[in-house]
Amino acid sequence: MEQDITIKIIDRDGVSHEVLAPTDMAMNLMEVVRSYELAPEGTIGVCGGMAMCASCQCYVLSDHQLPEMQDDEEAMLSEAFYVKDNSRLGCQIQMTLDMNGLEVELAPEN
Amino acid sequence: MIKTDILIIGAGPTGLFTVFEAGLLKLKCHLIDALPQPGGQCSEIYPKKPIYDIPAFPEILAGDLTERLLEQCKQFKPGFTLGERAETIDKQEDGSFIVTTNKGTKHHAPIVAIAGGLGSFEPRKPLIHNIHLFEDKGVEYFIKDPELYRNKRVVISGGGDSALDWSIFLTDVASEVTLIHRRNEFRGALDSVDKVQELKNKGKINLITPAEVIGIVGDYEVSAVVVKQSDNIHIDKEFEVECDHFIPLFGLSPKLGPIANWGLEIEKNAIKVNNALDYQTNIPGIFAIGDVNTYPGKLKLILCGFHEATLMCHAAYQIINPGKKYVLKYTTVSGIDGFDGTRKEAPKATVKSIK
Repeated sequence: MEQDITIKIIDRDGVSHEVLAPTDMAMNLMEVVRSYELAPEGTIGVCGGMAMCASCQCYVLSDHQLPEMQDDEEAMLSEAFYVKDNSRLGCQIQMTLDMNGLEVELAPEN
Repeated sequence: MIKTDILIIGAGPTGLFTVFEAGLLKLKCHLIDALPQPGGQCSEIYPKKPIYDIPAFPEILAGDLTERLLEQCKQFKPGFTLGERAETIDKQEDGSFIVTTNKGTKHHAPIVAIAGGLGSFEPRKPLIHNIHLFEDKGVEYFIKDPELYRNKRVVISGGGDSALDWSIFLTDVASEVTLIHRRNEFRGALDSVDKVQELKNKGKINLITPAEVIGIVGDYEVSAVVVKQSDNIHIDKEFEVECDHFIPLFGLSPKLGPIANWGLEIEKNAIKVNNALDYQTNIPGIFAIGDVNTYPGKLKLILCGFHEATLMCHAAYQIINPGKKYVLKYTTVSGIDGFDGTRKEAPKATVKSIK
């Protein structure tokens, strides 16, 4: 479908997946990962997408212009583990046309 | 030994509503939860956040939902074992079960309803290579008894409400309180942040930011932590802070835990149930309801948990009272007879002639 975009996701086992994500269903990256079951249920999106856990932490590998980090995401990442400079919470990255070609790697669990 | 009709594992919204539905069938319930308070995720993760899809509540805070569920079921006098995790289950010859917690509390019931959500909440442990050597030897992930810290030197790390609140509290108990956080900013209630600022200015809290604990020093017991601090030109320095206790407070994350070893069929970190009938698991007498179960088309919603709890209770009634007749009644018709002797009922219609 024309409003779909392609996202490349490297799962926690290092396997790369190219997936199609709709841009008209208000989905975020964490939900895309769940919809394709790229991480076991219960290990990602634990808080449901409120930026209140860090189970959807990922490393952004491509140089896309991402939405600016809000206070709650920044605060959560400051308490998370395995954080790198390119860490983001997947639940805070909305699937929009601008995100076409985005490449991310899921951070280790917990 | 605690005896009950339905032993519910998990005191979240689904577990609490089970108490109400079971009560209508004159079945008693007891709940076990690893958290110190009822409400599950609703109390632990997002008590101040609104929920919009509870029928008849256009908007309700998760914490308020818990309060109302407790209010709704209170006349059925549920028992609670809080702050303990269900560890083992033993099937008895008569088909009933004994569930034992990690603290050894035993519960006996003919029916077990697992309403465990995503699992029991376990502390998130920081990635410090030697931390496991000092667990309960100066490293604690929970503060159970503040008196343990009386006149001791305590280091707390973390940037959320619990790190702030315990730092404040322990200034009156411990001889020295150090708070270490990876950033200068803290998330937490504004008045807690202000209070920590005030205590820092008074010299009662030693604040080290932006920094983190990267190692623990000690011979059997904690004697110091190794801190790495960055200054604003990104040059790191490492130093030791002497202390008797190190308390990392990085929140909790749910793990299915010991339930996974109970011989239940597990799929996608959830327990498979018969959704065509009664949400029973592969072990007769053990049910799984709410977010902890899975079946084709499963949706992890509070409202689905309520429905599952209701059907489960009726199946439990049949197991506990084999062959005994029962016809579903509307609560409007039957009223509610509490186990505490209270009765709620619809007011009688008034009949009066008009002259």
